[in-house]
Amino acid sequence: MEKFVPKIIAFCCRYCAYAAADLAGSMRLEYAPNIRIVLVPCTGRIDVIHLLRAVEDGADGVLVAGCLEGGCHFVEGNFKAKKRVRLVKNLLDKIGIEGERIEMFNLSSAEGPRFAEIANEMTERIKALRLSHLRR
Amino acid sequence: MDEETAKREAARCLDCGICCECFQCAEACEARAINHDMTDRLFDINVGSVILALGSEAFDPSSLDTYSYARFPNVVTSIEFERILSPTGPYEGHLQRPSDQQEPQKIAWLQCIGSREINRCDHPYCSSVCCMYAIKEAVIAKEHAEHDLDTAIFFMDMRTYGKEFERYYDRAREELGVRFIRSRIHTIEEDPKTHDLVLRYADENGDIRIETFNLVVLSVGLEASKSLVELAKRLEIELDQDHFVQTEIFSPVETSRKGFYVCGAFREPKDIPYSVMEASAAACEAEKVLSDVRGTLVREKTYPEEKDVSSEEPRLGVFVCNCGINIGGVVDVPEVAEYARTLPGVVFAEENLFTCSQDTQESMKEVVQREKLNRVVVASCSPATHEELFQETLKSAGLNKYLLEMANIRNQCSWVHSQDPVAATDKSKDLVRMAVARAHLMRPLSEPTVSVDDKALVIGGGISGMTAALGLAEQGFHTYLVEQSSELGGNALRLLNTWRGDEIADRVKKMVHQVEGHALIDVYKECSIKEASGFVGNFQTTISQNGTDIALEHGVVVVAVGGKEYMPTEYLYGEDERVLTHLELDTAISKGDKKIAGARTAVFIQCVGSREPERPYCSKVCCTHTMKSALKLKEMNPEMDIYVLYRDIRTYGQREELYREARMRGVIFIRYNPESKPEVEKSDRGITVTIRDHILGHNVVVSADLVVLASAIVSRDNASLAHVYKLPLSKDGFFMEAHAKLRPVDFATEGIFLAGMAHYPKPIEESIAQAKAAASRACTILSHKERTVSGAVSVVDPDLCGICLTCVRTCPYDVPFINKEGVAQIDADTCHGCGVCVAACPYQAITLTSFTTEQIMAKIDACFIQEFRNCELRIANS
Repeated sequence: MEKFVPKIIAFCCRYCAYAAADLAGSMRLEYAPNIRIVLVPCTGRIDVIHLLRAVEDGADGVLVAGCLEGGCHFVEGNFKAKKRVRLVKNLLDKIGIEGERIEMFNLSSAEGPRFAEIANEMTERIKALRLSHLRR
Repeated sequence: MDEETAKREAARCLDCGICCECFQCAEACEARAINHDMTDRLFDINVGSVILALGSEAFDPSSLDTYSYARFPNVVTSIEFERILSPTGPYEGHLQRPSDQQEPQKIAWLQCIGSREINRCDHPYCSSVCCMYAIKEAVIAKEHAEHDLDTAIFFMDMRTYGKEFERYYDRAREELGVRFIRSRIHTIEEDPKTHDLVLRYADENGDIRIETFNLVVLSVGLEASKSLVELAKRLEIELDQDHFVQTEIFSPVETSRKGFYVCGAFREPKDIPYSVMEASAAACEAEKVLSDVRGTLVREKTYPEEKDVSSEEPRLGVFVCNCGINIGGVVDVPEVAEYARTLPGVVFAEENLFTCSQDTQESMKEVVQREKLNRVVVASCSPATHEELFQETLKSAGLNKYLLEMANIRNQCSWVHSQDPVAATDKSKDLVRMAVARAHLMRPLSEPTVSVDDKALVIGGGISGMTAALGLAEQGFHTYLVEQSSELGGNALRLLNTWRGDEIADRVKKMVHQVEGHALIDVYKECSIKEASGFVGNFQTTISQNGTDIALEHGVVVVAVGGKEYMPTEYLYGEDERVLTHLELDTAISKGDKKIAGARTAVFIQCVGSREPERPYCSKVCCTHTMKSALKLKEMNPEMDIYVLYRDIRTYGQREELYREARMRGVIFIRYNPESKPEVEKSDRGITVTIRDHILGHNVVVSADLVVLASAIVSRDNASLAHVYKLPLSKDGFFMEAHAKLRPVDFATEGIFLAGMAHYPKPIEESIAQAKAAASRACTILSHKERTVSGAVSVVDPDLCGICLTCVRTCPYDVPFINKEGVAQIDADTCHGCGVCVAACPYQAITLTSFTTEQIMAKIDACFIQEFRNCELRIANS
């Protein structure tokens, strides 16, 4: 049997999460190669339909990373994302897909190490949850 | 060989210039950048102003023989330690020590190496930055260490006086376990077998301790380099006794030679934020003399006409960068380029050594034109690095700059997956495929131009506000200066002298006179800011003056509202007229109050209200002010006994000189801990101050005739002003700049700038530098008649709008409004492009031009669906 290699899509806001990911690179921190980052101006741009599309397409995990609460570059966008991620979690739980496959993280653009930590944490979590139900 | 020949051969080796002129380097360089025939060339350039940003050098501790820096391998300087921690350093970022490349388990930092030192070197000044950088190095070393790392910093005074620095110190000490030992180490000894280092010191109780460390870092200070001292002589620039450029408090960036300005460490050791501020201040002064001829030598760049690609099928070009070995050393770049060629719509794909190099820009232009490309994908570093450069290249090639997409295969791939090249290559292919999918759906976007109102509004009429107003007006820009009280001058009106001895009242009067008399400055007193709207280049602010509203239109705002003195509730303040704050002392001295000169004993208490749980920051100016005042009191009455009760003496930079003088004049310094603060009580003998002396270990009781409290500087009530312009405030109520280090006078909101104590407590010379910097930054906007606004904005489709007002309520900037036609409208000029309204709109009536829903979906699909064909179908159907 082929070894399971998770593929996780990460929606990162330009001002914090994406910048933190860049910083993790400048710091040459090593983390799991399983995430694919999609840049958005603000996590508030992401809607429930985007998150569901990812799951539908066979994402093993979905990660939304935005600014620290209270520090959103666009004031409150990350709070909207938080609510939407929670909605999708509940929805997935209801339909028999583990709600843990989707998660919201908050960090500042200065937190390179935290980004690497998040990438590793999510990858470990998805490894335990195994392949997406839609690809079985 | 005979003796003669042997000597000649030996001499040839000894005179070796190392280069044997084999020209292999010239052949190897692909960019043909090496030319052995190059010689020094002299140029004559005619200029109107000169700015000297010549920096400083790290002190070489070899001359301090008791530290054996030159002999012991594991004694390194702080600069060398930076290289040890750096991924591009000798150990590739692994925490190792020189003698055996093992990871140290105990590291010591010794502070004040080559600073505050007149015995073994001639540097009596403080180098200002070493306390903070040592803490930083300790914290980061702990992060890098694979095992538990013990870090100990040996210091005299911990000088964490900058914005947010005290919190960093607190966190390092309390949460991260960095040890701080107040002791100046005399000698480093070595165990010759292990090359471990032994430090012997006395702790604060007087007990002798001996500790062994694996590595010792010398926190070296900054000094003026010898070659620059000579250069200054040649340029006829006067230097001070520390060989730094001589300037004055009220003109901090002007040298002794007219037209020559100075900034940064060449002026005095300082950290990054203040170097950046001074640099912009120097620019302000340099611009002032040139404002009449602004723009006369500018060459306008011309671009070819933009091709209309809207009816064309997408033709994509993909450029995959090697970035030297940064990407190519991990990712199989040729394989990624080959893969890109197979993707739908890609008509051209190539790999580059450095996609950002000048020659590649030229070749990209050619390729765009030759292959008739109408979309460009660059797989390289982060868009944050070179997106603007590639957009420029597209523009120069006749393509709309928004037809560029980037795939981050460096910062977010090769740099973080270097141990797994196969996975990194797979990920790069995925990222390129995702980028290609989005690029298909990208459309040219137009950037509207708006005219710029070249007037400025400065809020606050103290030294900072007046300096900013003059900085703008002297460059030819009409400025409104709004002040809350009935007179200009602010806190400076209550101050006596600068730490260099200048009389402040006089200089402030001159400044007020200059401001009030200036043709281009309109002063509004007794005013408050009522409301504001607009955006950079086009602001409208309503101020209220004695009940009347006045509407002002301007292009920029400078916030210079200052700070205020904390009114103490401790130490009998307010209960006894002999207990004064610093400002009250200055006023009393200037009025000739007899109780000042007549005092037999004066006690200064530092950190009153600062460095407390409610206010975990340092007010920066108080130690210097106390030294200045103590020296003044000694001058007035040499018989006066003066005590200074302190926690750390923070006379940073060249202010250290005052501390030395105060000690020489017999001022007595007693240190206290926050747990055992001084007690101040009334008695029939005057005021009794009881303090536990840190050397005797006993309480000392002083009968004082005068108690001066170094009271904190606190923020003003900034909440309403912050709300009017949507500006962020820090936890301590000061305004928050866009970036702590690199943008210390900008707000994240374009067109609004910050100066003075509204930013953070600071002395006059720093307020003036920051205010000039704010003026200079504001001029970058005011000096253009028009500006282009980003094309990445939200647009409402009026046919789909359900007038539910969700977007109006959702937008953090109050941009959408219901227009005359009764539907929502978003003006391109004011939209910030976050897209929050797009996601919120229940009718999906709003489109974010640069991150459309289709583009996001295409990226998601491309991420998981290997066969691109399926992806195309999805795009066609949606």
